[in-house]
Amino acid sequence: MSAIGTVFVKEVLENLRDRRVVFSAFFFGVLLAPAIFALTTTLASNRAVRDQEQPLKLPVIGAEQAPNLMRFLAEQGAQIEPVTSTADEATAQVRNGERELVLIVPERYAEQLRQGEPARLDLVVDTSNTRASGTTERARRLLEAYGHQLAMLRLLARGVSPSVVDPVDVRAVDVATPAGRSLIILGMMTYFCLMSMLVGGFYLAIDTTAGERERGSLEPLLSLPVTRSQLIIGKILATCAFMAISLLLTLAAFSVALKFVPLEVLGMSANFGPRVVLAIFGVMVLFVPLGAGLMTVVASFTRSNREAQTWLSVVLMIPLVPIMFAVVSGTRASTALMTVPSLSQHLLATALMRGDAVDPVHLAVSAATTLGVGLLLIALAARLYRRESILG
Amino acid sequence: MILVDNLAKSFGAVQALHDVSFTAQDGRITGLLGHNGAGKSTTLRILSTVLRADKGRALVDGHDCSSDSLRVRQSLGVLPHASGLYVQLTGRENIEYYARLHGMKGAALRSACDGLIERFGIGAVAGRRAKGYSQGERLKVALARALIHKPRTVILDEPTNGLDVNAVRMLREIIRELRASGCCVLFSSHVMQEVAALCDDIVIIAQGRVVVHGTPGEILTALGTDDLEEAFVRAAADRESA
Repeated sequence: MSAIGTVFVKEVLENLRDRRVVFSAFFFGVLLAPAIFALTTTLASNRAVRDQEQPLKLPVIGAEQAPNLMRFLAEQGAQIEPVTSTADEATAQVRNGERELVLIVPERYAEQLRQGEPARLDLVVDTSNTRASGTTERARRLLEAYGHQLAMLRLLARGVSPSVVDPVDVRAVDVATPAGRSLIILGMMTYFCLMSMLVGGFYLAIDTTAGERERGSLEPLLSLPVTRSQLIIGKILATCAFMAISLLLTLAAFSVALKFVPLEVLGMSANFGPRVVLAIFGVMVLFVPLGAGLMTVVASFTRSNREAQTWLSVVLMIPLVPIMFAVVSGTRASTALMTVPSLSQHLLATALMRGDAVDPVHLAVSAATTLGVGLLLIALAARLYRRESILG
Repeated sequence: MILVDNLAKSFGAVQALHDVSFTAQDGRITGLLGHNGAGKSTTLRILSTVLRADKGRALVDGHDCSSDSLRVRQSLGVLPHASGLYVQLTGRENIEYYARLHGMKGAALRSACDGLIERFGIGAVAGRRAKGYSQGERLKVALARALIHKPRTVILDEPTNGLDVNAVRMLREIIRELRASGCCVLFSSHVMQEVAALCDDIVIIAQGRVVVHGTPGEILTALGTDDLEEAFVRAAADRESA
């Protein structure tokens, strides 16, 4: 067996026996990521369902002054809650979150309406309260509909066709496919996968330099008749193996976990059979050499295990940056974006989840750039390993 | 055999070695003696090819440490002051790992391993992981690992640091055995008694320079004292006041 093979086998064996390494490499992704994922998606879908199904509860001050409005609201399914407190008290209640919103009918409302002036209605809301945004929107729409109805009646009474006040008729056509809407949530998944892949090689990358040095095993190892390149390549290959296995286990766990998430309630359909899992693995595994090289390079600058752990925790965040950018700005895949590692894996993986066809050019550009950067980083790690200061 | 000639090495602004020259013969035990920071470890690291000298020459069995480092590493056995065992591997796996990296395999590897395990009496612990080893067990396994390829030249860096009396005694015995089998043994220490108890030749090093080199008798004569410890203190002090 060659020296590289000997180092590889020893690293794999040694790390498989270390409970801490095995836990972080194979259980972090498998247990934690799907658990978080399932929890958030279940919460999100419950919220959506709850907001639509529950009747709108509308606290009203001065309801007795607008009997027609109240009848209209009740017909539309709202539950009117007459409130006797003053306007100031009600405002305070909305501000501190006790109520989501309050409708105030001022004393002059009936008189203004009778005289044909714009009749004032105060809807007290807190736009910073995101939980109330659905309720607020529904109340606002009902009030506008009432106003519109009154306007129609007034026009008809004057013999004018109501259609004059609707010069344009805007109809939004929603072209989002059901799976497309689940994109943000599923987008989290690509980051989870990349992260648990990195965590899989975390301790091995540290052990290559800082770890061996701290245990006093680096110096005798370097006095053996093998080249340093052979040593570091064997070690990086072992790191890559752990990362790839960690990724595969995480993806498999996701595909099981998604079966229990009620995505269809939100009109989502997650496409996550074994073939898709393997395809996503094939796309994302190309990130492994880059991650292993990056972690080894960063760890080789550190003085101790602890310092290496601190710095590598920061490295775990790096792939998140381009993905966040993509999710927030709703970026679409393009050949130029395929040159950005982690972003290209994210875009390709989400396309596969959506069931879209993947452009072979995109695939080739993503593979070439990600692998290229990975090999450069590994070459850099090997170069750093030859420095004298590697001994600390 | 080890030949060191006019070695110099600096780390940034710090000059660790100014001018170190000495020889260590086969079949003899040579002690490299000096205070902490005198340049002992740096010298040994240059010999084991982990560091490169800025100036001068270092030869191990005729091979140059900088231009022919692979051959040097083949003929060297190195024992660092920390045992440096892999705690998740068994004693035998630790030894076999080094054997494989020395290019050994198959039956030759197994018989070499068995031979050393028997010689050091570690048959009972070799199948256990190194995690729970006692000091003495760690030392024996680390020694077996360093000697697995039957090196002609053995370097030990402060090998007795932190060892208890029994382990130190055992180590001395093994070092004498190595001498008897014709090896060149070079070890560093900052403890005079230890060097006196074991060495045929002594190299006293201070502030990156060799101050005295010779047999214990020669050193006593040169420094005009009959106490080796006194000789060590005087030699080091001379250098520092110079």
